[in-house]
Amino acid sequence: MSRQWRSAAFTVPAVFLVVAALALAGCGGGAPEEAAPEAAASEGVAVKAAFVYVSPVGDAGWTLAHDNARLKIDELDYVETAYTEAVPEGADAERTISQYVRQGYNLIFTTSFGYMDPTITVAATAPEVTFMHCSGFKTAANVGTYFGRMYQPRYLTGMIAGKMTKSKVLGYVAAHPIPEVIRGLNAFALGARSVNPDVKVHVVWTQTWYDPAKEREAAESLLDIGADVIAQHQDTPAPQQAAEKRGNYSIGYNSDMSSFAPAAHLTAPVWNWEVIYRKVVDEVHNGTWTSYQYWGGLDDGVVGLAPYSDLVPQEVRDMVEAKKAEIVAGDWDVFTGPINNAAGEVWVADGESMADGDMLGMKDLVEGVVGTVPE
Amino acid sequence: MAIRLERRLERSRQLEYLVPVLSVLLSLVVCAFLLLANGNNPLVAYGAMMKEAFGTSYGFAEVLVKATPLILCGLGVMLAFKMLFWNIGAEGQLHMGAWGATAVVMTGWEGSGWLMIPAMMIAGMACGALWALIPAYLKVKLNCNEIITTLLLNYVAILWVAHFIYGPWKDPVSFGFPMTKLFPEGAQLMRFGDSRVHLGFVFALIIALILYLLQEKSRWGFEVAVTGGNPKAAEYAGMSTGRNILLVMIISGGLAGLAGMVEISGIQLKLLKDISPHAAPYGYTAIIIAWLARRNPWGVLLVSILMGGLYVGGETVQITMKLPVNIVLIIQALILFFVLGGDILARYRVVFSRPREALGGG
Repeated sequence: MSRQWRSAAFTVPAVFLVVAALALAGCGGGAPEEAAPEAAASEGVAVKAAFVYVSPVGDAGWTLAHDNARLKIDELDYVETAYTEAVPEGADAERTISQYVRQGYNLIFTTSFGYMDPTITVAATAPEVTFMHCSGFKTAANVGTYFGRMYQPRYLTGMIAGKMTKSKVLGYVAAHPIPEVIRGLNAFALGARSVNPDVKVHVVWTQTWYDPAKEREAAESLLDIGADVIAQHQDTPAPQQAAEKRGNYSIGYNSDMSSFAPAAHLTAPVWNWEVIYRKVVDEVHNGTWTSYQYWGGLDDGVVGLAPYSDLVPQEVRDMVEAKKAEIVAGDWDVFTGPINNAAGEVWVADGESMADGDMLGMKDLVEGVVGTVPE
Repeated sequence: MAIRLERRLERSRQLEYLVPVLSVLLSLVVCAFLLLANGNNPLVAYGAMMKEAFGTSYGFAEVLVKATPLILCGLGVMLAFKMLFWNIGAEGQLHMGAWGATAVVMTGWEGSGWLMIPAMMIAGMACGALWALIPAYLKVKLNCNEIITTLLLNYVAILWVAHFIYGPWKDPVSFGFPMTKLFPEGAQLMRFGDSRVHLGFVFALIIALILYLLQEKSRWGFEVAVTGGNPKAAEYAGMSTGRNILLVMIISGGLAGLAGMVEISGIQLKLLKDISPHAAPYGYTAIIIAWLARRNPWGVLLVSILMGGLYVGGETVQITMKLPVNIVLIIQALILFFVLGGDILARYRVVFSRPREALGGG
């Protein structure tokens, strides 16, 4: 007994029925158009701020931190915001940035290094629009840059890791071998060794910002060689979960990642982008913005620490808070000598501090980091 | 009750063309429910996508920019598919083409002006072709499954490019970021007017025409079609399947290599990690295109432009309607899903039947 289903004879009318039904639904629905009564804001320019994101907002890390800040400034009555997520780095980003210009946005934040040239290119065609590029080094009359001294909270998390480790082996899942990442890795190692001089920091480079599977594998390989605290310079909580699965500790990054690995997560160096976004939005609103390069630290609050987990003992917290106060007060900074490089040679002499320019171009690793910078 | 597929004795010509159209429609219908669930009016969303992609000169220019590498890769993949050689490796061939073109720039040779671009094109096509020859040769000599070899070689090519942009070719002032320096002006493809549409699009049109003539008018085109239709018959007729596989893959890989060359010389203006978009890489999208295009060069042109429109329009609705990027990716994925499914329904009929008492195993 068999019944044959004549696909075409059945499918064709079915499709048209569905299409018709849909068209009706679409017409009848008459979705409530976003009634946006122009809140005739206070004096000053109404700011239409656009954000270009490198990964999905749901990455739980880098982009989420930016988006949380966006939502905060979106509450201001003279600010309207929009974002595009998962925009490829490189020339493809030009289209997304141009589209915001064409849609009348007057402030555009491009939130990844790979948007540097596209931002500069599009900015040259739109002198009336303000551009802020995160983490780059190229500027123009209407392009500024912004970033934070993430190495400061990284140092503090290094201290915690140095206190919590038993194996004296720390694992660091690093993204791209660029100065930003190297600086953070070095600061973490310096922090750890300041409280526990025998600690070694093993590093794996994933050469990607966002790849949960790769990040997890990198963390697992570090756990395999005996690391008992995993830190990361990656966008997702995958390394945190890898550490938790093995019953080890972890230190997050970007945003508070404790909900993803509650039994492992000690704390995290985090971004509070609201500080700089609020500043830029107000400047554009008041017409006082001029191109600049912003590099704020713990003192501004643009970087900080996520809440400590219960796993971190009080005496460790006190020690970290004391160090933090020292940095905030400007009495001391992370790259203050004596610091040796990985080869054991003197890098920063006793009592000297590294200049910002040298920090921004950092290529070498400090003593205590096991691994090399890929060439 | 069992469900099995039974080959249709006759293939309907109408179905042949109706199926891709219906598949696209059906996938849009399914996506409409997603959009509704997300609180958007699908008709407004589709309308906005169409309007931005095809209703504005800026949008349409960007569609052509996006379509250019898709057409070149799509034509290459189409030709291979025509012979039932499953070239899944356009992505790798594209990367090798971009690498070869960059190698010419990195020699520091200035060329005598106009020579630079042809040299980059030849190098790009040669690298893409050589990369495609590896699986072709393995198939002919050792009968290695080309789906696996072409696919896996993609990863090798991508890592090969990564090695050079992290290492010897890294721009010394890029703060360690993996990319070469900006290409000199002589190594940049001409663009038209204010738009980003570049000479690569013209190459794509010319090649579509050449492939059409080859396919329809030449003896060799006939051989390829016969080999694809019935390899045994082709062998009996004295056609050399092995030689044709090698030839087809040289062209297929060469075209993907050219796609890589024009993308970096016309758009990116440097070699970097993400020459092909992560979410919908050109080399893989080309497979969808070749399939949808019914292995017809003009079809490839049309479908590539539609895909470009879907991409550019999708970006716009992200901005104007605040839709998540994944909606666009889901639409693309659903199109492929429905097209493949539709293709099976066009060639086979679904038969529901009670399982017969087992005639031997099963």
